[in-house]
Amino acid sequence: MIALLTRDLALAIRAGGGFGLGLAFFLIVVVLVPFGVGPESAILSAIAPGILWVGALLACLLSLDRIFALDFEDGSLDLLATAPIPLEGVVAMKAAAHWVTTGLPLTLAAPGLGLLLNLDPAAYGWLVLSLGLGTPALSMIGTFGAALTVGLKRGGLLLSLLVLPLYVPTLIFGAETVGRGAAGLATATPVLMLAGITLAALALLPFAAAAAIRINLR
Amino acid sequence: MSLWEYANPQKFMRTSGALLPFVWIATAACLGVGLVWGFFLTPEAENFGSTVKIIYLHVPAAMMAINAWVMMLVTSLIWLIRRHHVSALASRAAAPIGLTMTVIALVTGAIWGEPMWGTYWAWDPRLTSFLILFLFYLGYIALWEAIENPDAAADLTSVLCIVGSVFALLSRYAVNFWNQGLHQGATLSLDKEENIANVYWLPLLICLAGFVLLFVALVLVRTRTEIRARRIKALVTRERMA
Repeated sequence: MIALLTRDLALAIRAGGGFGLGLAFFLIVVVLVPFGVGPESAILSAIAPGILWVGALLACLLSLDRIFALDFEDGSLDLLATAPIPLEGVVAMKAAAHWVTTGLPLTLAAPGLGLLLNLDPAAYGWLVLSLGLGTPALSMIGTFGAALTVGLKRGGLLLSLLVLPLYVPTLIFGAETVGRGAAGLATATPVLMLAGITLAALALLPFAAAAAIRINLR
Repeated sequence: MSLWEYANPQKFMRTSGALLPFVWIATAACLGVGLVWGFFLTPEAENFGSTVKIIYLHVPAAMMAINAWVMMLVTSLIWLIRRHHVSALASRAAAPIGLTMTVIALVTGAIWGEPMWGTYWAWDPRLTSFLILFLFYLGYIALWEAIENPDAAADLTSVLCIVGSVFALLSRYAVNFWNQGLHQGATLSLDKEENIANVYWLPLLICLAGFVLLFVALVLVRTRTEIRARRIKALVTRERMA
């Protein structure tokens, strides 16, 4: 399983695997927002938590269809399905690789982009914490969506239609954490809910995703 | 005599064909009586004027929008566990009806909201959850349409339906947490005292029954269409092979 993780990481980082793409997309979204809503710092700091979370979510979405597509095309997914490690483990490792290449960089880059949007100083810690807690759920849910659509020729658009509604609870609690942090309110409830969603997604969705892959490989 | 006999498409077609006219008649009777009574024969409510009458479309549609998804969840589980094709097809048949009910609930709510709340749309928890439910229906239907192999499509949409149910429920409560509501609380309930005067309650109950029957009739018709479409496909394939 470790070997699979390092293989996926190496594939993503080398040879145009789209490693920096999500990050660049996140940056562009955040840069575009002030052009759209105007440069007043009061407005920007009010919407910063939401923009940062929505931007991170869309950046995550961007690389989802790559999770299984290449392995499905060249047949390595069949080999992985018949490998001695359970398919659920394969799925979990795929999600972990996706998180390391998108969720983690997004979390680390978010404070810098928060600066651009004039985020309240009190919220930086909560921003990093909420993204760190929430992005694993985004990767895992996205992996499930990718598993559902792996057999389709043009699954990319369908994938976003399937996955975005599933992202709603994570987004609500994530943005709420940062918003409450910025306003100086108690953040324990949304943080705990966010952690709960992530843990539940990590515990249950590998089974659903593996079932979807088995169906698609039939 | 067990319920599973209807997993046989032949048997299902025969029974549903015999049953369908009666369901249609009952639907027409309930909806006719309920809507006419509700629209024309109830007094105008204090503070609400005649706008209160939209309740006879809004509440039943909203109820069926949720119940259609529950039915899809049950039929999806039956398909995954017992592999009855009729069950998968019924689930496919129910999705567009549920979608339509969601749209009716949203649109009638908007029409009612404009004079009452002064806005067509507010990011109220109930409204927002319905919008999310609408998106779930769209995704489910799109997945059915996208996959060519019928068995794989049934399997994958069933998995999506189960996972989606969990997330839809989660969204419902997450949205509650996210914003305070404008929408009034439940009008009808099974365990508490009714929140509505008897003059409005009776026609509403008849309308609810009418919508349930309408849903059953539509699901039966659409399932029968799906079964026939499958048969045609099988016949065409056999013809080509011969």
